Amino acid sequence: MPKERVGVFVCHCGRNIAGTVDVKKVAEEASKHPAVVFATDYKYMCSDPGQKLIKDAIREYKLTAVVVAACTPSMHEETFRKACSEVGLNWYKCEIANIREQCSWVHSEIDKATEKAIRIVNSTIEKVIRNEPLTPITVGIKKKCLVIGGGIAGIQAALDVADAGFEVILVEKSPTIGGRMAQLSETFPTLDCAQCILTPKMVAVARHPRIKLYTLSEVIDVEGFVGNFRVKIRKKPRYVDIDKCNICGECEKVCPVIVPNEFDRGLSYRKAIYIPFPQAVPAAYTIDPEACLGLNPVICGECIEVCDQQAINYDDKEEIIEEEVGAIIVATGYNLYPKEKIPEYGYGKYEDVIDSLQFERLLSSTGPTRGTIVRPSDGKVPKRVAFIQCVGSRDVNHLEYCSKICCMYSAKHAMMYKHLVPDGQAYIFYIDIRAAGKGYEEFIKRVQEEYGVIYIRGRVSKIYKENGQLIVQAVDTLTGEQLEVPVDLVVLAMGIVPSPDAKRLAEILKIPVDKWGFYQEVHPKLRPVESVVSGIFVCGAAQGPKDISETVAQASAAASKAIALLSKDMIYHEPIIARVNTDLCSGCGVCESICPYGAIKVINKVAEVNEVLCEGCGACAAACPVGAIQLRNFRDDQIISMIQAVLTR
Amino acid sequence: MKVSNHEEFEPRIVAFLCRWCAYAGADLAGVSRLEYPPNVIPILVPCSGRVDPQYILLAFKNGADGVLIGGCHTPNDCHYVSGNYKALKRYALLKKYLEQIGINPARVRLEWISATEGQKFARVIREFTEELKKLGPLRLR
Repeated sequence: MPKERVGVFVCHCGRNIAGTVDVKKVAEEASKHPAVVFATDYKYMCSDPGQKLIKDAIREYKLTAVVVAACTPSMHEETFRKACSEVGLNWYKCEIANIREQCSWVHSEIDKATEKAIRIVNSTIEKVIRNEPLTPITVGIKKKCLVIGGGIAGIQAALDVADAGFEVILVEKSPTIGGRMAQLSETFPTLDCAQCILTPKMVAVARHPRIKLYTLSEVIDVEGFVGNFRVKIRKKPRYVDIDKCNICGECEKVCPVIVPNEFDRGLSYRKAIYIPFPQAVPAAYTIDPEACLGLNPVICGECIEVCDQQAINYDDKEEIIEEEVGAIIVATGYNLYPKEKIPEYGYGKYEDVIDSLQFERLLSSTGPTRGTIVRPSDGKVPKRVAFIQCVGSRDVNHLEYCSKICCMYSAKHAMMYKHLVPDGQAYIFYIDIRAAGKGYEEFIKRVQEEYGVIYIRGRVSKIYKENGQLIVQAVDTLTGEQLEVPVDLVVLAMGIVPSPDAKRLAEILKIPVDKWGFYQEVHPKLRPVESVVSGIFVCGAAQGPKDISETVAQASAAASKAIALLSKDMIYHEPIIARVNTDLCSGCGVCESICPYGAIKVINKVAEVNEVLCEGCGACAAACPVGAIQLRNFRDDQIISMIQAVLTR
Repeated sequence: MKVSNHEEFEPRIVAFLCRWCAYAGADLAGVSRLEYPPNVIPILVPCSGRVDPQYILLAFKNGADGVLIGGCHTPNDCHYVSGNYKALKRYALLKKYLEQIGINPARVRLEWISATEGQKFARVIREFTEELKKLGPLRLR
């Protein structure tokens, strides 16, 4: 180690430190250290004169390292490092000894507090003389953003990023973008028609010169790091050329295959060649290879016969597309909790027990009934409808959390039902009403007061049939009364769960999910759209249940984070990262297996650290059996000398 | 450290505190002016997962009577995804090892202390100091 020349600067912080710690003695003791060439104390080290004192001393005494004994490093580490670097000292050759928050403020006996402060300063001296001067790592950025998921969250994020001038790759697994929102009828609390506000955005995506849309596609592999991700996308064959198809619909007419229509959640049928809904983007038909009688060899071939555009291609093949992007936004949305898991509500047994999205399809003017309310079993207009909230939600046997949107959409369902069936009676079974949101409480009030919807507080225990009549059994917990309400239709407000692909994708992206499979943000309040992987952002219901307004806000937030990242020419990465001593490394791979960021790879029997992926946790250094991998400026020899310093006196 | 039968024994504690949670929690104890015994000397580490069990043995060898490792709460608080779990696993093994070599495993303590838990930090130090006083000096040095 070259001879270090350390300066120690002990701050009084007015009386904050000096009131409990003998600062003169701390400086005096520090000056006894063989590496210390200058030690002093001052009233306010962070003030301009204080900083000048440090800078002057660095010049005058040719200091190679500085210890400032003051407040916590989270307060002024940057201040002092900046001051030091202004006179040519490396940023990492200045360290803070925290003698305020963790000493003077928590102790009252001066001699003991002073003794402790001396030990803290001594250990900091031991550390700083062993600190390497480091410079931040710089890397370039691919000015392109990948958005995964083409629901309203992904659409909003893609449009925002593209409007800011960056290229966007939007990947959607189904044949069209639009997601869940496209299935909805009206949206609460304004009763805007979902399609009316969504489809213009879908068209904007299709027309945007900077958005490249891959439908029927999924992300299968992601490598790299912030600013430089390499992405592999599997694009499944559509068998219809989206540029040639003019959605004349002749193919659909001749297709002999009929299967349940998933867009209408099984309430209608579609053909094997189909378009999910008329406003789909891209505006083109798709062949469902599972349903088609045969593409290879061709069994029926009716559709290709009638296609004037020659848009149909039975030989269409799966493609693997590779893209390089700087940022990734994950917006994979939600699913409903499977109704089959709650057999006591009779789904599957009784045709007239449906879920909330099925009811949305019944309400929708483009739905299977063109917006008239009829029940699935016999096509009659139901005169009594029960809407049951919290199905699967807030239930220790199912989902413990609140699904957040069901209170509002159940109220909307009841209101829309009353619009369409004015003489009908709607019942809403609820546990609590959660209507926190702009205009939400007022909406609930209207539904209760103006529409005469009966709200019954109590969890439904059972739905059964007696003499062909559906009966909802519940206890009204406000009156204690046992209720058996005969109804014609039951709508279950199913809880919300992450999309089934979320888990697989989380593994590919190496981002954590919570207990329920929703993507985990770094901090729920202060970093709500960032994942722990730098450059990967999350938004929408994939991060947790939320309504459209919140989803759009969060998508724009994720987009703005991505835009801020892509706007930079270079990114700077903290150089406190792991480094391998190749002479010592045996290539055992323990570090590779322990690294949470996939930053270490054993190549030719030696561990290699990816400087940008490494976040500097040091777990590898603690695990290496031979001490070959070390965390810069938190090396074993440094920590060991600190331990010795705090114990030796 | 001088120890006689008449003078009260003051244990020495080395605390490895992770930067993100436990160290910030200790800072909060300071900001809240929560007094605790001065027996603990903190060493800042990036993550509880950085704490090599050898450090703890070394601290004992150099005269520590107790060692505290402070990290972020499980399951999800760790800034580095899973460093707290790594610390937890090593801690379990280390306790067994200490028992084997005749050091009371109660001399090492692993605590999850969040940045908002200044109260907890102060309480842990108070408790640990008392406990070590009862155990008496380790005197490996």
